[in-house]
Amino acid sequence: MKTRIELDDNIYNKKVKEESVSKIVGLTKEIVEEISKEKDEPKWVLDIRLKALDYFNKLPMPNWGPDLSMLNLDEISTYVKRGINTSDKWEDVPEEIKNVFDKLGIPEAEKKSLAGVGAQFDSEMVYHKVQDDLKKQGVIYCNFDTAIKEYPDLVKEYFTKAVPIMDHKFIALHYALFSGGSFVYIPKGVHLDNPLQSYFRLNSKGAGQFEHTLIIVEEDSYLEFIEGCSAPGYNTLNLHAGCVELFVKKNALLRFSTIENWSKNMLNLNTKKAYVDENGKIEWIMGSFGSKISMLYPMSILEDNAKCEMTQLSFAGKGQNLDTGLKVVCNGKNTSTVVNSKSISKDGGICTFRSNVLVNKKASNSKLSLSCESLMLDSISRSDTIPSCTILNDDTIFSHEAKIGKISDDTIFYLMSRGLSEEEAKSIIVRGFAEPISKVFPVEYAVEMNRLINMELEGTIG
Amino acid sequence: MLVIKNLYAKAKDGKEILKGLDLEIKKGEIHVIMGPNGSGKSTLSNVILNNPKYEITSGEIYFENELINNLKTNEIAKKGIFMSFQTPVEVEGVKISEFLKTAKNSISDERVNLFKFITNLEENMDKLSIKKDFINRELNVGFSGGEKKKNEILQLLTLNPKLAILDETDSGLDIDAIKVVSNGINLFKNENNSVIIITHNAKILENLKVDYVHVLVNGKIIKTGDSSLAKEIEENGYSKYLK
Ligand SMILES: Nc1ncnc2c1ncn2[C@@H]1O[C@H](COP(=O)(O)OP(=O)(O)OP(=O)(O)O)[C@@H](O)[C@H]1O
Ligand SMILES: [Mg+2]
Repeated sequence: MKTRIELDDNIYNKKVKEESVSKIVGLTKEIVEEISKEKDEPKWVLDIRLKALDYFNKLPMPNWGPDLSMLNLDEISTYVKRGINTSDKWEDVPEEIKNVFDKLGIPEAEKKSLAGVGAQFDSEMVYHKVQDDLKKQGVIYCNFDTAIKEYPDLVKEYFTKAVPIMDHKFIALHYALFSGGSFVYIPKGVHLDNPLQSYFRLNSKGAGQFEHTLIIVEEDSYLEFIEGCSAPGYNTLNLHAGCVELFVKKNALLRFSTIENWSKNMLNLNTKKAYVDENGKIEWIMGSFGSKISMLYPMSILEDNAKCEMTQLSFAGKGQNLDTGLKVVCNGKNTSTVVNSKSISKDGGICTFRSNVLVNKKASNSKLSLSCESLMLDSISRSDTIPSCTILNDDTIFSHEAKIGKISDDTIFYLMSRGLSEEEAKSIIVRGFAEPISKVFPVEYAVEMNRLINMELEGTIG
Repeated sequence: MLVIKNLYAKAKDGKEILKGLDLEIKKGEIHVIMGPNGSGKSTLSNVILNNPKYEITSGEIYFENELINNLKTNEIAKKGIFMSFQTPVEVEGVKISEFLKTAKNSISDERVNLFKFITNLEENMDKLSIKKDFINRELNVGFSGGEKKKNEILQLLTLNPKLAILDETDSGLDIDAIKVVSNGINLFKNENNSVIIITHNAKILENLKVDYVHVLVNGKIIKTGDSSLAKEIEENGYSKYLK
């Protein structure tokens, strides 16, 4: 197989020349069957795919949120096949592809601070590895396709159980086409000192990526999982419809961080959901920078004494519509939810934060505190907060605070009077605004985030 | 050093504020500007630094013989003019230490030596009786009035400009803090730089060697004298200058 990288200053923009890459375009029963056959899947998986395809055809497009009418599935490559097997050695990964991950700093981070790494290139997981001592303790971290074959009982028990295939149109699409993603199983009482990281790279023009990530953290265990995403920019539409299913057992803690830097031609319609058992905790940390349109509302279902924390930052520039938020369902008593969201929009970018909270009758003494702040860098950009909340008991404490602000001329003047250029002034203000969020991110990513903010702000002054 | 000729300026929304103002500051001098509330003192400082909220309708501002009317604020700062704000702005999430370093780098031609920068900063903080952990706080966020003003003086000493305009840096300070500020000004001052002090209060002038006192009324300097003029105004007010 021959591939070649086109060099570019922007590391996110590495493209790989495609020869001997076969792309499957469109979505029909035959195509779904072909993908399943290609993967040599058991019948029960194919059945799920076909049922999902049915739902996809029946379910309506969402009638709210950003306009998705530009999406034409007949033009999206639903499966990109290079015929690369997942390996646990970087040497086995074709050099051109390894180069892309090198540039993104993945193998280096693996050496320095990660307990395991997965790397997906388009539809295929090209690399997956977890440290040996963790393996010995029973930790499983592998390609989701591999897990179907090697751990069928575990997969059957949890797969589609958090996110049902008929949840909405694009999750049905996901289940019809899913490929790659990571499977993680942390046995009871295992505490990972270092994070696992899966990196999803969508590299082919006009392609879709449909990875499925399933994580089970058993009782008394701790896991930090980092998800990174990027793609080079093309002038045709790419589609990402991934799915993340998380199961956090009693007394367990899962910290799930995502830094998403899709290119600006991406439709990012991702679905994430966590079941959190008694006294467990889910921490969602999200940084959304890329994509043309994002629709992303991680959902947490909380049992007795369970906790949910969300820290999120979105940055929408020209032509971007980032529709994010969260859903929380409180089922058990004494649950606690803390949400801290910040958004920045410029050059006509739109940031929307939707929160949807349901506190059931038996979830007595629940506490929820939501804070959303947005900063607009000019008068053509937009920012919205759309809260919705149903509380079915009378001892829940709920607070929601929303602040929408514009970057102030007085602040810019103050900083410029100290010698900073207008661009530097804006950049220091934006970084300061994002600081409470960026300090929560994994260290390498806090640096990354500042870099992304600076990159976004370049050329702000017209 | 600074020459202002027949300056007319208005707020962008149309109101004329400075109406034919003349002022000349030479190297090494300390000038004081006094005047009733709303007479245009802060506007003058803002116009010198070309705050886009204001517009010069006629007249010229020269700094070291160069016309600076149309320079950007940061370019003027780089030429060596500093203004201590009457109401310093709060900037969330930005540490004072990081901000000072960025600012120092922006106005310096060559890259700032970090070690020298820190030593100098610590010395200055010491002289202004500022506690060490102060520079880890966010810029002006939640500061008391006095802390904000001291922070302006710390910036003055750090950036070490040629001309310092201090807009009511002494307002709202207790007696000890006023001393700290006037000490700060003396620390800064040498024969090669100049200071404009805008104040309502002759107290701050006690420890300073003031060369001229100007009275600014209704957008114009209508009287200039020596330091005794400040005392006179403090006793009698402005009534005799107002028609
Ligand atoms: N941006 C602006 N837009 C409209 N009017 C303004 C603006 N800035 C100042 N003014 C007006 O111009 C006049 C002068 O204001 P300025 O702040 O310069 O006064 P000052 O002499 O500094 O007063 P003080 O002693 O109270 O600080 C006031 O009437 C003020 O309301
Ligand atoms: Mg004033």
